[in-house]
Amino acid sequence: MTFTIPIDNGDALKNAETDSQRTLYPYVTGTSIVAIKYKEGVLMASDMGGSYGSTLRYKNIERVKAIGKHSLLGASGEISDFQEILRYLDELVLNDNMWDDGNSLGPKEVHNYLTRVMYNRRNKFNPLWNTLVLGGVKNGQSYLGMVSMIGVSFEDNHVATGFGNHLARPILRDEWHADLSFEDGVKLLEKCMRVLLYRDRSAINKLQISKITEEGVTVSQPYSLKTFWEFQAFHNPTAGAQGSW
Amino acid sequence: MDLNLDAPHSMGTTIVGVTYNGGVVLGADSRTSTGMYVANRASDKITQLTDNVYVCRSGSAADSQVVSDYVRYFLHQHTIQLGQPATVKVSANLIRMLAYNNKNMLQTGLIVGGWDKYEGGKIYGIPLGGTVVEQPFAIGGSGSSYLYGFFDQAWKENMTKEEAEQLVVKAVSLAIARDGASGGVVRTVIINSEGVTRNFYPGDKLQLWHEELEPQNSLLDILNAAGPEPMAM
Repeated sequence: MTFTIPIDNGDALKNAETDSQRTLYPYVTGTSIVAIKYKEGVLMASDMGGSYGSTLRYKNIERVKAIGKHSLLGASGEISDFQEILRYLDELVLNDNMWDDGNSLGPKEVHNYLTRVMYNRRNKFNPLWNTLVLGGVKNGQSYLGMVSMIGVSFEDNHVATGFGNHLARPILRDEWHADLSFEDGVKLLEKCMRVLLYRDRSAINKLQISKITEEGVTVSQPYSLKTFWEFQAFHNPTAGAQGSW
Repeated sequence: MDLNLDAPHSMGTTIVGVTYNGGVVLGADSRTSTGMYVANRASDKITQLTDNVYVCRSGSAADSQVVSDYVRYFLHQHTIQLGQPATVKVSANLIRMLAYNNKNMLQTGLIVGGWDKYEGGKIYGIPLGGTVVEQPFAIGGSGSSYLYGFFDQAWKENMTKEEAEQLVVKAVSLAIARDGASGGVVRTVIINSEGVTRNFYPGDKLQLWHEELEPQNSLLDILNAAGPEPMAM
């Protein structure tokens, strides 16, 4: 790739539209995040892929991180912007700790902060190219919310980003119920992640499931899911119509 | 055939960085192109940032040079203030700072590699956009497309210094064979606790790949060397 986009900004002082700070397109991207509330808190699943266009370039990216004591942040979209958001949150958590007043940022506060950041960047036509999932537990209350790159923000019992919205959420709408056990929650998420593995080109078979409860955060080791290919119909699909698919 | 001599200088490039048991080996080709013309057939794309940290440059030659110049300047000051050699992580983060904050204007992918006393040998990949990824090995540049499969198969943990360097040379050489934007010599830089070693592998010293022939001085040598009936079946 050897092309360069010619930019003629003109005089920065006179020309108010210096385009120098506009994110045009993402480079290294993460795919879906799927998250659900369960009995003890929140479960969040993501794969460990960082795609570079259609190339599955990075296979060890952690897209879910603990924030403070009470929250879990998952991100899809541009990884460099996610890394920058983590830096902002580092500062937020540091300042929160420096008050040393026994209080600590809960998931609701972190979600609100992120919503303001994302919406304000959208207003300047320079978005952080991410869809973020924020889950957490504080004082026995579970919280799960989402913010998109255009600042759309909401809470729900189950959320998913990207392809997950189309493939995982219908499964969750059918099968989620309040007070899921940890085992049932994990099985439900794995069902969603398996479908995404079959049908999302940018998904890779290496995932982590993260859990947050009143006690704290646990991020599972990376692991792979078994897949099923032994349908009779898969063995000779074009037998009846050679050349078809 | 449009030479397009006004095209920006670009290092099509193949760059590679590999960790081994005790340090890192960085490798690169040496071709800098202006459109279809090879502006420099012996460039050095492995640039020093500090005594113990080097960076492999790919993409726009100008962008990668100016970024590494700034970071060398910052690291120099940082080393003075710190009173000891800068770490590889700090070097990578400074590159990230420039790459991320100027993402709209820069077109350069970099691989930072080095050795420090805290973490040993480390490699950080910094692709377009300014993401930082710490990796046991990294590949970049246009030639890297041809190396994903190769490394999936050939990479293993805890190689020796010799194994690591051979892997790097083989990889860059394979990429040069298939990527028109990569070519020339293979340069390597080995960094460990003992210091830095630069090596140079000219094109004719590399292994031959599929459909490549042994270089000759002249057809006449072939004709003269063959037996009395060179064309007989």
